[in-house]
Amino acid sequence: MIPAAFEYYRPKDMAGVLSILEEHGDDARVMAGGHSLIPMMKLRMADVPHLIDLQDVGGMSDIAITAESIRIGAMVTQHAIIDHEGLASAAPILREAALQIADPQVRYMGTVGGNVANGDPGNDMPGLMQCLDASFTVVGADGERNIPARDFYEAAYMTAREDEEVLTAVTIPTPKGGYAYEKQKRKIGDYATAAAAVQIVKDGGSCVSASIAMTNLSDTPIYSEAAGAALVSTSIDDAAIKAAITAMLSDIDPTEDNRGPVAFKKHVAGVILRRAIERAWSRA
Amino acid sequence: MSKKKHYTITVNGKEEEFLAEPRELLIYTLRERLNITGPHIGCETSHCGACTVTIDGKSVKACTMFVAQADGKDITTIEGIGGPDDLHPLQNAFKEHHGLQCGFCTPGMITRATKLLEENPNPTEEEIRFGMAGNICRCTGYQNIVKSIQAAAAEMSAAKEAAE
Repeated sequence: MIPAAFEYYRPKDMAGVLSILEEHGDDARVMAGGHSLIPMMKLRMADVPHLIDLQDVGGMSDIAITAESIRIGAMVTQHAIIDHEGLASAAPILREAALQIADPQVRYMGTVGGNVANGDPGNDMPGLMQCLDASFTVVGADGERNIPARDFYEAAYMTAREDEEVLTAVTIPTPKGGYAYEKQKRKIGDYATAAAAVQIVKDGGSCVSASIAMTNLSDTPIYSEAAGAALVSTSIDDAAIKAAITAMLSDIDPTEDNRGPVAFKKHVAGVILRRAIERAWSRA
Repeated sequence: MSKKKHYTITVNGKEEEFLAEPRELLIYTLRERLNITGPHIGCETSHCGACTVTIDGKSVKACTMFVAQADGKDITTIEGIGGPDDLHPLQNAFKEHHGLQCGFCTPGMITRATKLLEENPNPTEEEIRFGMAGNICRCTGYQNIVKSIQAAAAEMSAAKEAAE
């Protein structure tokens, strides 16, 4: 497979990246691990006349954990997420999700920043970041700004990031309570038929807060506020779980593809959400 | 618009310099430009792992990297792991335990397994299956691949203990 020709750049700093973006606009794209972009370029579904490789731009590979928040640089790989001891205790849902992304080789290359910035509805990190109420830091010619993950996704491959901006970090309020990332896929390396990210806080046998987001069941990740609300002030009994599933189903909008017809996807979404809620509750 | 550029990569300890277009996939650089044909082209879509090489300590599918990204890198292929006269314990174990049938996936399997055992010298069967999930084999049903990696892990651990 031979992608279309492109000019390749490997700038040493962000100023260099931004000046190329400014010059070429949407003819230029940044690349982190490239494991979403390169396959698309090989298929000639993505045409990138000016390709900016971020590998030499330092300062985006750190994970910083404080009592209140976790900051993950955009170039942190899925492999690094899995391997990071502090993260495994501060936000174990990240490791649980990363282990379900792609395969070992792809996880050495695939990055958190690429996964959330790409805007592919099949990527797992966007839904997870909506569940965790993360915010994304983007930098452009006018400086930095932060965009909540729940406001970031507009449609497939369309996000609130401007063409001339680069996503540099993800910041998450340190998660509390029980967690689960549950994913149904046809094979290793596949995108989800349905996946659910759930975080639940329990107090005295009752759910005091719940956050639920779904992956690959619409053209964007779906944060279902109503599904979370259906669990609050319950003991997560069967009626509460059914109410959450019903609420979630009215928020998603799956389309038929080679993973199955709409009715099947809705069925799987319900099964996956039930499993995720039950596992998160058991850990809360 | 895209012209050939000058690249330098180190493959199996040998520095290679050449001109190539940035869009050239690393697997073609290795196989067709440098005549290093151990890494195979299976699916060419990042799924099968037949093209797996080690780059700066990471297992990477060489079909999913442009040569431009690999400029300046240190790459190990199956040829750098062991040869007919000095088989790596993994190569020997695959031979002894029938870890291959047609052999097409084997260079990628063994290259990946070297990295797996480096990170986890005594993996369980489940850890082997999970750690090898990026490599597909159509012949063996994986059972003998798992056995081979277990045998190599045991031999390498014993050799390491003996050396200490």
